[in-house]
Amino acid sequence: MSSAEINKNEVDIVIGALNADLTSFLTSWRPFFTGFHLIVVKDPELKEELSIPEGFDLDVYSKTDMDKIVGASNSTMFSGYSCRYFGYLISKKKYIVSIDDDCVPAKDLKGFLVDAVSQHVTNLENPATPLFFNTLYDPYCEGADFVRGYPFSLRSGVPCAASCGLWLNLADLDAPTQALKTEQRNTSYVDAVMTVPAKAMLPISGINIAFNRELVGPAMVPALRLAGEGKVRWETLEDVWGGMCLKHISDHLGYGVKTGLPYVWRNERGDAVESLRKKWEGMKLMEKSVPFFESLKLPETALKVEDCVLELAKAVKEQLGSDDPAFTQAADAMVKWIQLWNSVNSSS
Amino acid sequence: MVEPANTVGIAVNPTPLLKDELDIVIPTIRNLDFLEMWRPFLQPYHLIIVQDGDPSKKINVPEGYDYELYNRNDINRILGPKASCISFKDSACRCFGYMVSKKKYIFTIDDDCFVAKDPSGKAVNALEQHIKNLLCPSTPLFFNTLYDPYREGADFVRGYPFSLREGVSTAVSHGLWLNIPDYDAPTQLVKPKERNTRYVDAVMTIPKGTLFPMCGMNLAFDRDLIGPAMYFGLMGDGQPIGRYDDMWAGWCIKVICDHLGLGVKTGLPYIYHSKASNPFVNLKKEYKGIFWQEEIIPFFQNAKLSKEATTVQQCYIELSKMVKEKLSSLDPYFDKLADAMVTWIEAWDELNPPAAAAANDKA
Repeated sequence: MSSAEINKNEVDIVIGALNADLTSFLTSWRPFFTGFHLIVVKDPELKEELSIPEGFDLDVYSKTDMDKIVGASNSTMFSGYSCRYFGYLISKKKYIVSIDDDCVPAKDLKGFLVDAVSQHVTNLENPATPLFFNTLYDPYCEGADFVRGYPFSLRSGVPCAASCGLWLNLADLDAPTQALKTEQRNTSYVDAVMTVPAKAMLPISGINIAFNRELVGPAMVPALRLAGEGKVRWETLEDVWGGMCLKHISDHLGYGVKTGLPYVWRNERGDAVESLRKKWEGMKLMEKSVPFFESLKLPETALKVEDCVLELAKAVKEQLGSDDPAFTQAADAMVKWIQLWNSVNSSS
Repeated sequence: MVEPANTVGIAVNPTPLLKDELDIVIPTIRNLDFLEMWRPFLQPYHLIIVQDGDPSKKINVPEGYDYELYNRNDINRILGPKASCISFKDSACRCFGYMVSKKKYIFTIDDDCFVAKDPSGKAVNALEQHIKNLLCPSTPLFFNTLYDPYREGADFVRGYPFSLREGVSTAVSHGLWLNIPDYDAPTQLVKPKERNTRYVDAVMTIPKGTLFPMCGMNLAFDRDLIGPAMYFGLMGDGQPIGRYDDMWAGWCIKVICDHLGLGVKTGLPYIYHSKASNPFVNLKKEYKGIFWQEEIIPFFQNAKLSKEATTVQQCYIELSKMVKEKLSSLDPYFDKLADAMVTWIEAWDELNPPAAAAANDKA
């Protein structure tokens, strides 16, 4: 699907600015961001003024805006990598595409620059197929189809809630892994989009992601913060936790989550070994999260996304709260997030 | 346009992996000419050829291959009355080869499958890739977004639980096909010219609890881990259905693998599928299956094996009882199939008694 076929009015591109100078980032994405509206959200802890090149249709939000719209006490929810969630909150569009500011367009197998925005929107606009695995991956793309044995009743698929893209060069590995394999770079371009099956858990990365805000916006929760969470991805887990919530809710409501294309090229930033020096809590929290999500059953009466999030928050508090204060804080943040979502989106 | 690889001049690997531990099972009714192009990759291995159709026809095996060949007369002689569980006039008969093998691993391939080329133009050694897939762990309990984490250049992504990074044993490696895709008859009729030209450079584990349509054209498995569940059902002559053999086995093995904590992989390697079968013939064979499938899938999705079922045979017998109980009302065929599933296990155990298995392990 070319970008000419995409209705650009349905998309907001949300960029979390953790670094002040967005010149090279936005310049590199210009061919693919042109024509789209951008929401740039500045990390409330970033003191410097943002440098933004001319020629983009964008709005910038800073701590002042956050304080005005959600109140100063709630602005802390949007610090660091979570600043982009403020963009998700105030957007009015159907689709959100979000890319970390250390990523530039990647090249495909033919050497052409990848239009990540178009690919994400295509993924979101086409059905997902979580109920049965298609061995030829995305059955709706050109040159492919459902294989022999794929039940006909399942071939219309379900709505796609999220499109999780991947990364060439610096992949989204955790600190211990990257520290151990300092020279490893991802050079493998896997030319496929696929639906992650229902009930399967996966670690969703916020580095290169898109979602249907109308369908599941409230489920993209900025909830789990590591103590001493930093400004490099190795020191965060907010997206992974949010992703576990999103996947569980999508499974419950009968939506799909896709993974695979598009790729972005992720540049070097930070030092994995340095990040290791911080006590890597994320590991412990993930170990506790897995059995929780595996056994969790949302009540059948939870039919709205907001209700699902609230039920999930309740379960987190009840079952994980005593394990680690981070979980209690996450549960509280999820409740607060829904309150903010409802108040911001009802007054519009 | 995609083409098969030219394998002329490729040297046979002097130290082929698992040479004495793997059998290649090939069902055939026509000829085995395709083995000429596979020489560099397959010649060191032992072949089990299952000849379907007219047993008086002579099947020529290209020079240099070490093989054993079974026709229908052999199958009847070896299994006696139990031969009723082996299909006739259908490539499902290949599972006789699994039963009669004494090796730990099986690679099965159709006689119209040639060597594929990867995007760099290099000939793909499909067997080598299958062996790699089988020898390294699977990760069915948590999806890795970078696909096979054990592959050179890949790893587990941020957030992947450390306690799950050892993975589980791999029971099945399901490969794919360039050129003629494995479509059902209706799709073939609508898209007769579609060719699969997309080389997806990944191997991945199919998550626990997820079913898939398994294709027997390019498949490898650990016979010790899952062999008895690889029954390809009752198809072909005298049966109301065809082209559901591998899929039936695929649903059975996936339920059992999920229950026993084994992994199933899909993706690489690719082979080049050269021959498109007649879609009208296929439609006649598949017709009932298309409707029955709508009941069969929920059956497998909801199948729960008991805690007491700890061997593949036990799991399979339990499954056969559930088939009889729940699917017979769909069609009497399933009653017959359930019985055949039991016959298969009896035949398997007869040909593969525990003492022999223990001896194999020691070898």
